[in-house]
Amino acid sequence: MNKIWLIFKREYITRVRNKTFLLSTFLLPIVMILFFFGSAYFAMSSKDSLKKIAVVNDPGMYKTNLKSDSVRMVFDFTSNVDSSNFDSKGYNGVLNLNNDSVTKRFTIHSKKQLGLDGKKIIENRLDRAFEKHQLQKKGIQKETLDSINKESMGAFTIDNRLTSEKGKSEQVNAAVNYGVGFGSGILIYITMFIFGAMVMRGVMEEKTNRIAEVMVSSVKPFQLMMGKIIGIAAVGLTQLFLWVILITLLSSAAAAFLPTEMIQQAGNANKAMPGGMAGNTEMAMKIMELQKDISSINWTLIISCFIFYFLGGYLFYASLFAAIGSVINEDPQEAQSLMLPITMPIIFAFIIMTSNLNTPDSKIMVWSSIIPFTSPIVMMGRIPSGVPGWQLALSMVLLIAGFIFTTWLAGKIYRTGILMYGKKASWKEMFKWAFRKS
Amino acid sequence: MNILELHNLKKYFASQKAVDDISFNIEQGSIFGLLGPNGAGKTTLLRMITGIFYPDSGHIIFNGKKYDPINDVGYIGYMPEERGLYKKMKIGEQAVYLAQLKGLSKSDATQKIKDWFIKFEMQSWWNKKVEDLSKGMSQKLQFVTTVLHEPKLIILDEPFSGLDPVNANLIKDEIFDLAKKGSTIIFSTHRMEQVEEICDHIVLINQGSKILDGTVTAVKNKFKENVYQVGATTRPENLMTYIFEVISHQPDQLSIKLQHGSTTNDVLKFFINQDIPIHAFNEVLPSLNDIFIKLVEGTPGARQFQKVN
Repeated sequence: MNKIWLIFKREYITRVRNKTFLLSTFLLPIVMILFFFGSAYFAMSSKDSLKKIAVVNDPGMYKTNLKSDSVRMVFDFTSNVDSSNFDSKGYNGVLNLNNDSVTKRFTIHSKKQLGLDGKKIIENRLDRAFEKHQLQKKGIQKETLDSINKESMGAFTIDNRLTSEKGKSEQVNAAVNYGVGFGSGILIYITMFIFGAMVMRGVMEEKTNRIAEVMVSSVKPFQLMMGKIIGIAAVGLTQLFLWVILITLLSSAAAAFLPTEMIQQAGNANKAMPGGMAGNTEMAMKIMELQKDISSINWTLIISCFIFYFLGGYLFYASLFAAIGSVINEDPQEAQSLMLPITMPIIFAFIIMTSNLNTPDSKIMVWSSIIPFTSPIVMMGRIPSGVPGWQLALSMVLLIAGFIFTTWLAGKIYRTGILMYGKKASWKEMFKWAFRKS
Repeated sequence: MNILELHNLKKYFASQKAVDDISFNIEQGSIFGLLGPNGAGKTTLLRMITGIFYPDSGHIIFNGKKYDPINDVGYIGYMPEERGLYKKMKIGEQAVYLAQLKGLSKSDATQKIKDWFIKFEMQSWWNKKVEDLSKGMSQKLQFVTTVLHEPKLIILDEPFSGLDPVNANLIKDEIFDLAKKGSTIIFSTHRMEQVEEICDHIVLINQGSKILDGTVTAVKNKFKENVYQVGATTRPENLMTYIFEVISHQPDQLSIKLQHGSTTNDVLKFFINQDIPIHAFNEVLPSLNDIFIKLVEGTPGARQFQKVN
């Protein structure tokens, strides 16, 4: 036990001190935050340039109804501008309204592309202008319609309350559950590959460096393998933990530091949109609702299950990766073909999870969340939508039994493989090593 | 007292009888040579002694008790032929780590390593990484990590390969020193001149079986061929006799082989009767190299795969 601890300590310390670990731990959150805020910033700043559009050949009804605003788009009704001289007169484009109003197809000439966004705004405003004009013709006040709309639009919401066995009703939001399940499933999938491969490379390193024989003359091969597996698990947990902390810190720092003007701009843009559906208050309400949904999720359950399935899934596969690492020699090509049977179920689990997440209680989801080969990924996808207690318990027990079994099996392959040089072991040989009595 | 006794050890692999019924004893404080051609089963035998493999049958007595690999590994230091260290680890930390795995406390290990590093003039290495070392340097480091925990039994597999003569001598002196202090050394090599120089006792194995066991002198005497070197100036035609046969003849020296039934005194009498002055006369013992070749020759150079029921 003491020796496993020594091996664990070495694995952990050398890996955590490694430059690649430090870089990936600290750079990834920074890159993520930069990417997130950067793209938000650019999306905002691309909107902020005010466009001046000259409108020519107005049949009459648009001049009063087409709305300009001071932030994004100004319409100027003139007559002495055409497609050849708008640029010199200080306009970004010239909109020609002389086509027939039956097909409602107009042309706008501009030097630079208006972009999807700019086109949408103009189309939207033309729609509104047309609507206002039609309403006036029929004698309806636009304000009357607006107030009716305001009352009826989004007036009703449906809360889906699940009745659990205890009779307690819980509110669910399928979309949030989907998102959380999907995210944690993917995270397990990725970490399983990253840290599984790390175990395999570590074992290969010991074998090709020829230190394995020195080591097994002082410790049992099983201790060597377990020390490495547990050490890398601790590295993985450390990295996840640091990521969570750094992302939270950085995003709140970025949110406090960057935005005042950005948020204002976004707000202005919203206000400026005439008859805009997404009014400021409505948006805020939506965000609040989302926050409520997110906070209604049982985070304690999800986080503790995540840690369990992260460790369980990792332990289940890590020893298999170690066994593979022990039978191959320097050639990484050999690793590819031997890894396939191990990576297959992981990828398979991922596919099941992503394609069936809409129906978290379907047969395939239930069974694949119980069988240890696929359970870590699939179960994490299901948990936010609620899983019956017996299924969760069965899945956990089977996963624990599963990793004890794979570790035992892999330990026997590892013990022989680590001291074999020369040719790569075949599946038949590995099978023999695994099941012969010691 | 025997530090190690092997009794009828057997280890069969799928296509090889790697070790087939080998027994021998090693006396405490001796330097023991384990010899054999490539693929004879030396490494398998050593791996059983270090507890890496369990024998299929037979047993090992270590230090008077039945060998218990889990608890006895602390008394054994093993430097395998395929040696290695963690390349990315700092040298000092690595040595401490390996010593801790052998059961030393951290402070103990650090102190001992410092002493050894001073002895081998390696003080400046502590914070270097193994990948910065040359082959010979890492060999020295490997030797230090092998003997650091003052094992009762030190097993060295080809300890001098890759070392220049100066460093080889340094290690050799340490080996003698350790033996003098009571450690027992098992020394496995193909280099017979080193064995002759260092070992007290040898065992030769071939194809998984022991074919020779004894002290170096006894083995040499056993394989002597009654060849003598005579320092005398004479011509070949003066040496026609049934007492001996001339093997080689140089102007002032000749090698002779006694014929069956002759004694050295017969030879001397012959020379005196012929009135040939003798200025030297000594027996030529075969070198271990010759013995090795004689015993191993004739068996297939490469070990064949065989069926193991």
